[in-house]
Amino acid sequence: MTNSTTDFDGSSKESGASSKQDSNGYARTPLYDMHLQLGAKMVPFAGYEMPVQYGLGVMGEHLHTREKAGLFDVSHMGQAQLFPEDPDSDVAPVFEALVPGGIISLKESGIRYTQLTNQDGGILDDLMVTRFGNTLWLVVNAACKNDDFAHIAQSLAGKARLSVENRALLALQGPLAEAVLKEHLPAAADLAFMQACHADFQGEKVIISRCGYTGEDGFEISLPNDLASQFAALLLENDAVAPIGLGARDSLRLEAGLCLYGHDIDTGTTPVEADLMWSVPRRRRESLDFPGAHKVSQQLSQKPDRLRVGIKPEGRAPAREGTEIHDMDNNTIGRITSGGFAPSLQAPIAMGYVSATHAAPGTQVQLIIRGKPMLAKISSMPFVEHKYLRTKS
Amino acid sequence: MSKKFTKDHEWISLEGDLARIGITDYAQEQLGDVVFVELPEAGRQVEQGNDAAVVESVKAASEVYAPVSGEIVEPNVKLEDEPALVNQDPAEGGWFFTMKISNPDELNDLMDEAAYADYVKELG
Repeated sequence: MTNSTTDFDGSSKESGASSKQDSNGYARTPLYDMHLQLGAKMVPFAGYEMPVQYGLGVMGEHLHTREKAGLFDVSHMGQAQLFPEDPDSDVAPVFEALVPGGIISLKESGIRYTQLTNQDGGILDDLMVTRFGNTLWLVVNAACKNDDFAHIAQSLAGKARLSVENRALLALQGPLAEAVLKEHLPAAADLAFMQACHADFQGEKVIISRCGYTGEDGFEISLPNDLASQFAALLLENDAVAPIGLGARDSLRLEAGLCLYGHDIDTGTTPVEADLMWSVPRRRRESLDFPGAHKVSQQLSQKPDRLRVGIKPEGRAPAREGTEIHDMDNNTIGRITSGGFAPSLQAPIAMGYVSATHAAPGTQVQLIIRGKPMLAKISSMPFVEHKYLRTKS
Repeated sequence: MSKKFTKDHEWISLEGDLARIGITDYAQEQLGDVVFVELPEAGRQVEQGNDAAVVESVKAASEVYAPVSGEIVEPNVKLEDEPALVNQDPAEGGWFFTMKISNPDELNDLMDEAAYADYVKELG
């Protein structure tokens, strides 16, 4: 018995200049020792040695997060603060030149999901942007962070200054996340979805953001490296909280219909093809002043050739990344970019790109799994309803 | 006969000229929760070391290889509805298929229980 497909093959190693490294050259997060103590199975991911699962296993961790609260170490992700060169000005209009999202319209402490695009409209990375005063706080994907930060610093040279922040980042996700977190950080309870605030933990500055990548209500907490283990241990003291690895992080975000960079989106896909135009406001669609805007505009008016869609296989066989998608006449119409088993649905689910003519929910298609055609249907997403806390009374 | 084992973590037990094949406890633990099993049809000829079945967990698909050559007699269709049996009872109820073996000498290539235990210990 041998693994033929693994999701966590790791991409390019990073320099990890300020992180601890093991003898294989993989970087470690401040929670590395805690992962080992908790019995994690560690795997290489984006140049880091990260926990793929703990004792509960992927299925158990996934369901625990949906029912209670899951704690994720996402310290491998990149964090940075962007300042305007002129301290009396706002950095938001400067940064907006690099992304199609609405950044100048961000209210104080508001969070936006957007993408860094290239001149062809390809996606360099997707990221979260938070406004604090006239500065922006950025959280980007681990595998892209060095390239992203170099791109941002170079593109905005003379107008903005990027300060890369070497801090820990924890995510606490699930229906009990607020109840758990407010015991230690009461300010968390005052936030609505996509809002952030600063708070104090042991006299040090932490940033609490009500967001995440599981489809659940939850938080991300950015804190100094040397407080990370202590804070994680405090959260884990609560019986509602279990540590969750990258395996369940992947199945949770897939159920939520969220893209994984390098799989579902990359420089070969545009925000239109990736069905991410909900993150591009009308003002930016009209001003067309972001990299690759001409391509996005052209695809919006003429319809793109292909679109990212959800896919539900009819049998029990999961369809993995790379699986060919055929129409009912056996013509190849696309490829699966993420696929697996949905623990919440106890059924396989997938996402991928198909020709736009076959993208309507309900369209019947065939997935070629180990040479054999398996029936499937195009599905709307998310597969599992989002539980975001939209308003705070 | 007692069980024999492959380096790929299949077990095989011989009952007359019929062999029963499954994966080891170590293998199911490495896989995690099994959510899907694809079994070979009765009558299919398999060669030693070739793909005979597929076992999938939430995060990955793995092949199960034929420990020896022969003809598939019976797939364990119970696994199609209850793939978790592979996790719960890998050594007994979670068997994958039985086969009629064509070359008993091939059994000599396999490890006995003690040798397999040492092999797994070395994998850490």
